[in-house]
Formats: sequence, structure tokens, C-alpha cells
Amino acid sequence: MDTVLRIILQRLALGLVTLLVVSIVIFVAVNLLPGDFAELILGQGSTPEAVASIRRDLGLDQPMVARYFQWLSGMVTGDLGTSFAQLNFQTNLGGAGGVTVIEQIAPRFSNTLFLAGVTAMIAVPISLILGVLAALYRNSAFDKATNIFTLSSVSSPEFFMAYLLILFLAVLNPILPSLSNIYDGMAFSDRLNKSLLPALTLTLVVMAQMMRMTRAAIINLLASPYIEMARLKGISPIRVIVRHALPNALAPIITVIALNLAYLITGVVVVEVVFVYPGIGQLFVDSVKIRDIPVVQACCLIFAAAYILLNLTADILAIISNPRLRHPK
Amino acid sequence: MTWWMWIIVALVVMGGIAWAMRAVGQMATGNAPAFRDMPFGVAYGYVIGVAFLAVVVWAYLQSMSAETAVANKFYFVGRAVEGVIMFSIAAYLFRMLGRAVGTYWTRKMFRSMPLTAAFGILVMLIYAFVAIFAGLLAPYGQAEILPFANIVPGGNPALGGDPNHIMGTDQIGRDILSRLIYGAQNTVGIAFVTTLLAFFIGSSLGFLAATLGGWLDQLLSRTVDVLMAIPSLIFALLLMTIASVWAPQLGIPLTYFMVLIIAVIDSTRVFRLARAVGANIVVMDYIEAAKLRGEGLGYLVFKEILPNATAPLLAEFGLRFCFVFLTIAALSFLGVGIQPPLADWGTMVRDSAAFINYAAFAPTAALPPLLAAGAIALLTVGVNFVVDWMLQKTSGLKE
Amino acid sequence: MTDQLLKIRGLKIEGRSDETWNPIINGVDLDLKKGEVLGLIGESGAGKSTIGLAAMGFTRDGVRISEGSVVFDGVDLVTASAKVKRGLLGKRIAYVAQSAAASFNPAHRIIDQHTEAPTQHHVMSRAESTADGIELYRKLRLPDPENIGFRYPHQVSGGQLQRAMTAMAMSCRPDLIIFDEPTTALDVTTQIEVLAAIREIVEEYDTAAIYITHDLAVVAQMADTIKVLLRGDEVEEADTRTMLSAPTQDYTKSLWAVRSFERPRKPAVVSGAVPVVSVRKIQASYGKIKVLHDVSFDIHAGRTVAVVGESGSGKSTVARCITGLLPPSVGEIAFDGDVLPGDYRKRPKDQLRQAQMIYQMADTALNPRKTIGQIIGRPVQFYTGLTGSDRRRRVDELLNQIELEPSEYFNRLPSELSGGQKQRIGIARALAAEPKFIICDEVTSALDQLVAEGILRLLADLQDKLGLSYMFITHDLATVRAIADEVVVMKEGRVVEQGEKTAMFLPPHHAYTDLLLSSVPEMDPDWLDNLLTERGIDNIGDAAVDKM
Repeated sequence: MDTVLRIILQRLALGLVTLLVVSIVIFVAVNLLPGDFAELILGQGSTPEAVASIRRDLGLDQPMVARYFQWLSGMVTGDLGTSFAQLNFQTNLGGAGGVTVIEQIAPRFSNTLFLAGVTAMIAVPISLILGVLAALYRNSAFDKATNIFTLSSVSSPEFFMAYLLILFLAVLNPILPSLSNIYDGMAFSDRLNKSLLPALTLTLVVMAQMMRMTRAAIINLLASPYIEMARLKGISPIRVIVRHALPNALAPIITVIALNLAYLITGVVVVEVVFVYPGIGQLFVDSVKIRDIPVVQACCLIFAAAYILLNLTADILAIISNPRLRHPK
Repeated sequence: MTWWMWIIVALVVMGGIAWAMRAVGQMATGNAPAFRDMPFGVAYGYVIGVAFLAVVVWAYLQSMSAETAVANKFYFVGRAVEGVIMFSIAAYLFRMLGRAVGTYWTRKMFRSMPLTAAFGILVMLIYAFVAIFAGLLAPYGQAEILPFANIVPGGNPALGGDPNHIMGTDQIGRDILSRLIYGAQNTVGIAFVTTLLAFFIGSSLGFLAATLGGWLDQLLSRTVDVLMAIPSLIFALLLMTIASVWAPQLGIPLTYFMVLIIAVIDSTRVFRLARAVGANIVVMDYIEAAKLRGEGLGYLVFKEILPNATAPLLAEFGLRFCFVFLTIAALSFLGVGIQPPLADWGTMVRDSAAFINYAAFAPTAALPPLLAAGAIALLTVGVNFVVDWMLQKTSGLKE
Repeated sequence: MTDQLLKIRGLKIEGRSDETWNPIINGVDLDLKKGEVLGLIGESGAGKSTIGLAAMGFTRDGVRISEGSVVFDGVDLVTASAKVKRGLLGKRIAYVAQSAAASFNPAHRIIDQHTEAPTQHHVMSRAESTADGIELYRKLRLPDPENIGFRYPHQVSGGQLQRAMTAMAMSCRPDLIIFDEPTTALDVTTQIEVLAAIREIVEEYDTAAIYITHDLAVVAQMADTIKVLLRGDEVEEADTRTMLSAPTQDYTKSLWAVRSFERPRKPAVVSGAVPVVSVRKIQASYGKIKVLHDVSFDIHAGRTVAVVGESGSGKSTVARCITGLLPPSVGEIAFDGDVLPGDYRKRPKDQLRQAQMIYQMADTALNPRKTIGQIIGRPVQFYTGLTGSDRRRRVDELLNQIELEPSEYFNRLPSELSGGQKQRIGIARALAAEPKFIICDEVTSALDQLVAEGILRLLADLQDKLGLSYMFITHDLATVRAIADEVVVMKEGRVVEQGEKTAMFLPPHHAYTDLLLSSVPEMDPDWLDNLLTERGIDNIGDAAVDKM
């Protein structure tokens, strides 16, 4: 176990370092903005006094390195700063202080997690089963049909899938609602019903990729000599799959799932916009449009962190499920 | 919530039919191996396949129903079925043509080509044609504002259409069909240029890293690791935010920034592949032989490594193109990609998305967003089919 | 024929490439009695393994039995249902694969895989089978038989795994075992133990076997009868002694003749002559691991020095030092008396030209995107500066030297050539530099015997004509016997013994040389028996291995 533990700790450290470097990249990128946040917030024609006051409020008069550490420590403690848009609004009204970024992001983030969760619950089992079936009956009509289907859906833009589903399941056959207006305190079944169409869209997008990867992993596995050996021992096909293929398929399948959940993160942005789903993706896009830098920065870091975390999980689970590493010489 | 119960009942019934079908088959053929060794799952698969086909045929017949309400409801299924059949026939004829004319090599290539790949090549050719001759094909200019705004698509005057504008006009009076055609030029053209740029950056650095190794390789690889740790669409959106502030100050169109940003983000993926392919080739004995002969770096890269990397790089180019194309479409759809007045499919989908809600009573009105999105999907699907075939050809002999 | 166990009639097998089915086996008959061992031999592509699997009613993906019958004890496996076949496989017919490391499931302990067939076929309980497995391990002389089964496959060495797999095949006491090249991946010294173990256990339980191999000397030890295959057809079949002493077919005769190729002895080196290559006390390491310890030897003009050793002995590392890919950390290499710079990048073009290399895998040694003309033409132009028609003339001359018709091969790509032809192109590329000295790195080990012999004869002729010196890296002592003048035996990065070939093949040897020499199977059916008697039966196996 020693070696496994060492490798896992190494990966964790590496993931942390990556996250740190990514935060630097995001921070520096934002600081490439011309001029000054303050001017950006107040727009043209603002008085120098107002600009100076905002600069002081935001700490923009301090050097960049100091600001980075301030921002980073804020991130770690959950203080993501104040949204420009809210700040602007408040300042114009003469109020004091604005809505913090975390107040904006927190509810949206949990909505997005809910959507991703529903998607994963549908997509993972279906695509694993279909992927294994396609591998078992490869080169059959079923395999060819699924290949065409998955290639098509993996290469279509998310919004095309979304509008097709809206067309068939909401407009022509009013089965599901096409607007996902979710709010706090909604009954779970209502919430599920309203999230189903975006979840199905994401499922279509993720499922194709997941199925293809599962199929490739299983085919690769079934071609290995020990599977042939098991079959030549006269063992029933089910036992060959369960006892000989599955333990070795775990690592690749875990990787497939984690990679595709990571892919969900990107897909979620467009889908949330289409269905007006109040998640972090939509917030991100809205903030991008109005150049609300603190929110953009925070969302970006959250997306990147989730992405890194998922990839890291895949890595570590794959290491743990590898018998060669679990039982060293 | 009864629809899902219907699905379960249907699945169970089909299971019963499958079991009965196999039993009948076994009895009728005197236990022939085909039925004797058939697992239940396979029988079930056949039944589901047949049921699916039956539903499609039924829906297609419904689309030709005399009742307008029913016909409208199945209008899209009908057009989709027709589209699939037409494209299949076209791909088949195209492949036959390819097998009959051309050089020895192209004919040989077409002989081993699956129909999906022929379809993909046909689609690519059509898009290239439309993109190149958009100016001649489009009835109006892409930014030309006509005096009639908001004409409903379909060309039926009774429903508020106009035969001169078969796809209608948008809210400021631009002809939608023309903009669709110009979209081929803009959306595809910009994506192509971006991919070329990404390839130039990624592959030259990748091969350099693979051949030289050492600290340069380490530096480039680690940088790429970090850049790839940020999801690409998110990173692109972040950088586009920044660029959108810079663009007006510098007086450079935002589209140029977009090309550069996406090219850089995507070049990381190309770099990974080029480096991996390069590293695999570098360890070959023929490279060692060339090194021991005393050949220089230029000869090694261009004469020994590059010719062997073309096949995987070409396939990667296809995939990268799709990815770039979809990223640009997504950015445009979100409103931060290709900027007006350039006609672009992603933007068009966003602008006309609301028309989908009219689909139940005026199906043709819902066409513009679907056609624009479909145009994006069709090309990426086509390219992916071709790439899939190429990858299978280079790696698949063992399987 | 009451003791008939397996009867194959008119077996035809096809393989799919793209959309068409091409024949692999064109109607082979095969008979096997109970307790009989049949050797199936042939070169690559002869279809031996395909027949072996078909004898179990099994075909790999993309392969199908198109005609014929495989009757095992009254059951035709071609038409039998999957269920009937499953009842026979593992229980009455067992399989031993070429690569034991890949054929054991990495996720389960060896003993759990061993007991699977007996428990699934309800032959024994798990406890009985475990005890029986330990007994088999003991019989197969695996070290620590009580515990070795409770380890995972990757924790056990290749030779031991191969024996564990034989034990697994034996677990249900089958009537028939198919051995598919079980010792091909092993070093010679390990091969002996596995061969002895297999033969003993097959005899003890009176199991019938089909033994598939490309190595004639191995099959001579194992089989009662031998069947020779060539491209999916049977060439001939006879009992082992008859087949070895009096083959009737030309193809079989030519296979047998390979073994007898040996070059005439060359005169001894004049004392005081400057050697072409002189390796002087070199040491080298990969990172922190030292792989060469004080290696020294000389190679004189017009002579061949064979560097022999098993995998990991450092013989290829010596070649990397000489070519300059791995500069030695201590010691030097001299060429014609001049000390060479350690790193090849510091050597002048002419020094690079003088020493050339021919690689083991011709597939990776030739750039697949270049024509033969370009591959050979480049060094011609690079070193001699010839261009245009002069260059073409020189390439034609080289192609003639390697006995390939220039007009036919000049524009071909390597993929359009056979393995032997590719190796010849590799030779021509080395000759194009007009070198004095060529390193041949296992040049024949990837080739079939007949083709390999052609390459060896060509190299010998070229040496006589051009006065070349060779350094032959090989693990195959037959090659050494055929072509070498002097031998350097290496083990774990050290030179164990070196000298004239004639002296080396006569006792007394260094203990390791002795083990190496005596482990090479010979074409005598009694060789293994004699060897085992000589070494003392109990001594074989672990004792021999553990010493190393």
C-alpha cells in the first residue's frame, strides 16, 4: 500500500499546484485589462474623485502581487469579493456596499450541481450498458447504428440537441416544460420535472462520448489473452464478464465517467442559457456580457477547480483499482 | 407522469415477443445453430430494432396525413426521414462515382469506403462549394437591409410569407436564406483559419519538443498542462471578456481576437498530439540510423519525422476543426463570438430561437433556427464520419 | 480405432480482411490418439496456432471455420452448441498460451485462476483443487509450491508463470492439452526447465498434446509425431525419429539443412595487428544504474565477433557505446587505433561512415514513407556526394549486391517487401556508406529460419568480398556457430568468457557458458533426456535458475 499512498499523495500535490498556477493565470489574465477596473465600473465621464474612491474600496491602489494574495486568501475563505454590477447599482443609488459574489454564486452553484447530478444519474448507467453491449456485439447492425448515432450526437452543437428536444418534447408533444424556472423551496418532483429537458440534452451530449469510450475500453479488454484463456477454460460468458473482464475494466470505466463529468462543466454553460436555467453557467455568461470581472473570475476558478478535481479523482481511482499497484512485488 | 409507464410496458411486451420469436424460430428450423445459440438479448435487440423502424414508418405516413394538425405535428419527422434517405442515396451515388472515375489511388480509396465516410466527404464538398460561391448563390447580400422586416418563413402569402424570401426576413429586414448561405463562408471560413493557426502553433512546437527534448520540452509541456486544466470554453469566455474591452480601444475587430484566442487554446491539444506522435517516431531505429549518419535537425524533422506523422495529424485536423467550429458556434450563440454584421449560424440560432414555439401550427416558421443549427451539426457530423473512418483505417487492421 | 481422441478432417479456415474472407487453412487432416504428443511445426503464417485453437472448436475474432469437422471423442466441435463446447473446454481439452504473463488475469491470484475450471466444471471442490494445485506446482518444481499460488501473476517470473499455466491446464486432468509456443518468449536456460516440466507431467498423466512451435529442436524433444505445415497446407507427417532422419519433402529437407550451415574457419589473427575496433575497459550506466562493468574486446579486420548473452546481459548496450549513442562513463573505444569521441555528435562524418549498424527489427529500421531508392540513395549521396544518375547507378549496384533486382525494387515502399527483403535493404543501407565495420544487432532473430539463413550467407559473402568486420549481437548460439570467428559471452554487464569460437565450443567452459551452451536444444530426440541425466534430474529447474 505504501507505493499507492505515495503515488496518490504525489497526484494530490500535483493537482494543488496546478490549481494554484491556474489561479495565477486567471488573475493575470484579468489584470491584462486596459486601464482600470474603477473606470470600467463607473463608465466614461466619471469624476476622478469617484474613481479614486472606488480604487480605494477595491484595493486597486495596491501592487499586483499583494492583490493576488488578497484575492487568493479571499477565495479560500469564501470571500469572493463584490460584484461590479451590484456595486455599480449600489453606488449609483448612493447605498453602501454591494451584494457579494458568493451570495450570487452559491444558490446558482447548487442548482448547477443538481442539474449535473440528474444528468449523471441518467447518462452514466445508460451509456455504460450501451457501451458494453456495443463492444460485445461489435460489428453487428446494433453496433453500427449506435456508432452513427453517437458520432452524430457527439459532433452536434449542444444548442441543436436542445432545440430538437424542445421541438419534439415541449412544442409538438407538450410533455415537458421548455423553461426551467427553478426557485428555492420548490417541490422536488417539480424541480425534477423542470430540470429534465436540460438534463436530457446534456445526457445526449455526454452519453455519446461516454459510450464510445466504454466501447473502446471493453473491446481493448476483451482482446486481451487472459479473456481468451478464460473462455478456453469453458467458463460461462457471464462469468467471463463479471469475474475476468469487470475487475480490469474498472479503471478505464472510472476514467471514462470522470472525464465526461468534467466535460459536463463546459456543456452546462450553453444548455443553461438555452433553457434559462438559473445555474452558474448562465451567471457566468451574463457576467461575461456585462464584464462583471469579479464574478467572471470567481466562476472561472470554480469551473477550473471542478475540472481539475474530477480529473484528479479519475486518476486516483484508476490507481487504486490497478491490481499491479495494489499488490506490489 | 404516465409516459414513462407506457415506455416500461412497451419494453416488457417487446421482451415477450422476442422470447416467443426465438422459441418459434428454434422449433421451425429444427434447432438450427442461428436460433439455438441466440442469446435472449440478441432476440430482444431484433424486436426493438423492428419496432423502431415501424414507428419511423408510421410517423412518416402521419406526416402526409390530410389533417393539417396531424401533418404539422409530424412535419419534422417526415422531412428528417426524407433527408436521411436522400443523403444516403446521394452518398451511395457519390461513392459509385468515386469508384468509377479518378486515379488508381482515389478509386482504391473509394472501394474500401463505408457509406458514412462517403456521406462525410460529400457534405464537405458541398459546404466548400457553398462557402466559395456564396456571393453568387445568395439572392441578397448578407448585410443588405430590405424594406420588409419580419417576413414569416415558408413563402406562403396566406401565412404572412413572401415567395421572394423563402426563409423569410429577420427583425431588421435581412434575407434569412442569404444569411444562411453566407454563414457557410463566415462560420466555416473563420473556423478553418483558426484551426490552421492552431495547427501551425501546436504542431511546430510539439515536434520541436519531441525532437529536442530537455528543458524546452519540459517548459512547453508543463505550460500546456496548466492551460489544459482550464475547460476550454470557460477559458475562451474569460479571454473574450478581456478582449471585448481591448478591441474597441485598439480598433481591431473582436473576431480577430476570437480567432487568436481559440487558436491558442486549441493549439495545446495539437501540441500534445504532435509531441506524442513525434516521440513515438523519434525512438524508431530509422531515426537512430539517420542520427548516426550525422544528419541535421532540419532533415530529421522534415524528411524523416513529418512524412510519418501526416496520417494522425490529418485525422486530428478534422477533429480539431470540428471542435473549433463548435466552440465558435457556441460563443456566437452566447453572443460573444462572431460579431454582426457578419452572418453567422450560431448568432442566427440565438436570434431566431423563439420561432420554434410556432412549430405546432406553422412548422415552416420554425425552420430558420433549426436549419442554422442543423447546418452546423451536418458539417461536424460529416467531418467526424470521415475522421472516424480514417482512424479505423490506420489502427483498425488488428481488430 | 478405439483410442482415437481427436480427428480433424478437411479443415478449412478463413480470415477476414476488409470485407472479404481469405483462406488461412486449406483442408488439413489430423489424428491424435490418447496419450500421444503431436508436434505442429511451421514458419510464421503457416497457420499452426489457428489449427491449435480450431482443435478446441474455437476461432478468434475475424476468423471462421468454413468447412470440415473437428471430432473430439465423438463430438464434432464445429457444429456442437456453445454449451456442449463449454462443457469440454477446460475440463477435457486445455490450452497453454504463448505468453503466460498476458494470459493470467492480473486481478486475481494464481491459485484462484487455477481452481476456477475444476470448480466451474464440478470436478473438484475448491479446497481439493487448491491442494491439488499445490501438488502440481511441486511436481512442476516451482519454488515454494505451498505459497507461490497465493501470489498475483505480476509477482512471479515468466518461466515460473509458464509452469503455473501448465499446472492450470492440468487442473481437471484433461485428455488433451494444446501447447501454443509455450517457451518461445523465454531465455534458453529457462526454456529447458519449462520443457522438462511439461514433458514430465504430460507423461505422468498420459495426456495427449498438440505441441505448436517453430523450433525444430524443441519439437524433437517433445513430440511422438511431427506434422510440418506451410502456408495453411500440410507438407508431411511422420514419427519424430523418421522425420528427423529421413524427411521426404524438399521443404522439410531445406528446414533441416539450415542447421548445418557453418562458415569455414579463418586463419588466426596476426599478433600485433591493429584491431579495427578496440573496446577498452568501458563502463556505462543508465541514470544511476550501472549496466556495463569493464568490458574489453577487439575486433580485427575481416573477422566476426559474436557478443552472446541473455536478455539484460548488456550486449546491446555495448553496441550503443560503440556507435556513440551512449558515451561510456569510463574507458574508451578506438577505431583503427584512434580513440573515438564518446558522443556520436562529436565524431567527424568519416568516422560515422566507417561504422554502420543493421537493426533487429527491419520494420522499424526503415522509414515506411520512403522508397527503397531513397532509403539507400540517401547515405550514398550523404557520404560520397554522388547525385543524379551516378547515385542511381550506385544504388543499383548495392541492390545487386544484396541480390534484389534493382528495376523491380527501386520504387517500392518497405511495406511492399517481405521480412527478409527488408533486412536486405537494411544491409544495403549500411553498405552504401562503404564502411569497414558493421554492427549486426540480432539481425536474424525476427526472421524465419530459412530466411535467416539466407541473410547469414549473404553477410558471410559480403565479408569475404569487401573485407568487412562484423560485431554480431545475438542470443542464438546456432547463429554464433554459423558465422562467428570469435565469441564474447556476457552476463549482467560483464564479459564472462571470450576467445576463438572453436575453443569456446569445446570444454572446459566457464560455468555460465556451459549452462548457456548446453541449454540450446539440439535436433536429437534424446538430447533433453541426456541433458537431464547429465545435470542430475533433481538439479534442473530452480537450482539452475537460482544460481543465476
